[in-house]
Amino acid sequence: MSDEPTGPMLPQDRGPVSAAMIGALRDGGPPAVGEAAATADPYGDDLQLALYVAYELHYRGFAGVDPAREWDPELLRVRAVLERRFLDALRADATAHESATAALDDLLVEPVGGDGVPHVLERSGTRSQLREYAAQRSLYHLKEADPHAWVLPRLWGRAKAGMAAVEFDEFGGGRAERVHAQLFADLMADLGLDTTYGRYVEAAGAEMLAVVNLMSLFGLHRALRGALVGHFAAVEVTSSPASRRLAGAMRRAGAGPAAEFFYDEHVEADAVHEQVVRHEVVDGLLAVEPHLERDVAFGIDATGFLDDRFGERLLSAWQAGESSLRRAIELDLVRVP
Amino acid sequence: MPNEAPDPTADVRERPAADDVRRIYLQKDGPMLVEGPVEVQLEDGGVATSDRFRVALCTCRRSRRYPWCDTSHRRRRRDR
Ligand code: FES
Ligand SMILES: [Fe+2]
Ligand SMILES: [Fe+2]
Repeated sequence: MSDEPTGPMLPQDRGPVSAAMIGALRDGGPPAVGEAAATADPYGDDLQLALYVAYELHYRGFAGVDPAREWDPELLRVRAVLERRFLDALRADATAHESATAALDDLLVEPVGGDGVPHVLERSGTRSQLREYAAQRSLYHLKEADPHAWVLPRLWGRAKAGMAAVEFDEFGGGRAERVHAQLFADLMADLGLDTTYGRYVEAAGAEMLAVVNLMSLFGLHRALRGALVGHFAAVEVTSSPASRRLAGAMRRAGAGPAAEFFYDEHVEADAVHEQVVRHEVVDGLLAVEPHLERDVAFGIDATGFLDDRFGERLLSAWQAGESSLRRAIELDLVRVP
Repeated sequence: MPNEAPDPTADVRERPAADDVRRIYLQKDGPMLVEGPVEVQLEDGGVATSDRFRVALCTCRRSRRYPWCDTSHRRRRRDR
C-alpha cells in the first residue's frame, strides 16, 4: 500500500502518549509508549489526542500515512490500553442510571431558565463565541452520523430498520447537498471558518476530543453496541431543543442563512429522530437483547457527562473573558467574510 | 368493513404492514408520527410539506414550528 496522498495533517503532540502515537504514524514504526499510557489522565489532552489520532485511521487517515496502519496490531494494542483507561474513568465518574428508560426520562424534561451553552449563546452569544463553538464542534459535525453507521451490522429487525432510517436522514435522504455534514460545512462558511476536514483539531481542547472519541469508541466495538445506541439516543433527545436555541443564536448574531438552516433543520429532524430512536432502536434492541439494558444506560450517561465537561470548558473560558480554544490563533488565520 | 374495532393487545411494530396501508403512531404526550412524505393542509390556509421518511405532527399546539413537533410538548422543570 502507498501512503495517503491527501488528507489531514498529523497534529502536534500534547505529551508522551500522543507523541508516541503520532511519531509511529509519521515514521512507520511501532509506538514507543512505555509506561506513559498507563498513567496518563484519562480525560487529558495527551491521552485524548492519542486516541483521536488512532481513531482517525478509520475515517479519513492522515496525509503521508499508509492507510493499512488502520489495522496495525501495535497501534491497536496501545489504543486498547487507552480505551480501557477512558472507559474505566467514565464508568466511575458518570451518573449510573439503572435502566435506559430512567436515563432518558431525565433528558426528556426541559429545564426552565437553563444555563447550558445553547442557553447562553441564545441569550448573549457573540459572533466570535459562535465561531469558537462551531470550530470545535466541527470535529464531530464534519463526520456527523459516521461513527453511528458502524452499529448497523450489529442490529437486527426493528432496531436496524429504525437506525438505518435515521441515518438515511442524516446522510441527506439520498441528496449530497443535504448531508448533515455538508450542512455543517455550509454553516462554517457562513461564520467565516475553514471547512477543511480536520482543520480545527489543534484548536480543540481535550473536552471536545473526548466527545468525539466516545462515539468512535462505541461505534468501533460490537461489544459496546448497546452503549452506541444509548449514546445516539441521548444525542437525538437533547438535540432538538438545543438546536432551537442555537438557531436563535445564529439569527441574532446575523450569522447567515446556512448557519440558521443547520439548526432549524435539526429542530424538526431530531424531534422525529428522537421518537424513532427511542421507540424503534432502543426498544427494538432491548426487546431482542434485554441484557444490554445497562450498556444502553451507560451510553446515555457517559454522553451527558462528557457534554457537560465540554460545556463547562466553554462557559468558564467565556466567563473569564477568554477564548475557549486551545489555540485561539487558529481562528485568526481564517478570513472573515 | 371501513373501520375495525381497536385491538387493545396488538402492536403494529411487531408485524409487517400491508402495502397500501400508511402507519400512524399516536401517543398521549407527544407528537403523532406519520410515515412520510406528507402534505398537511392547515386550518387557516396554507400547506406544509415534508419528504422525510417519517414526520412528527404536533398535537400539543405549543410548537413554534407548527404543524411539526419541536419538542415543546416536554414537561418543564425549574431546577437551577
Ligand atoms: S407535540 Fe411536540 S411540540 Fe407539540
Ligand atoms: Fe443531524
Ligand atoms: Fe438527528
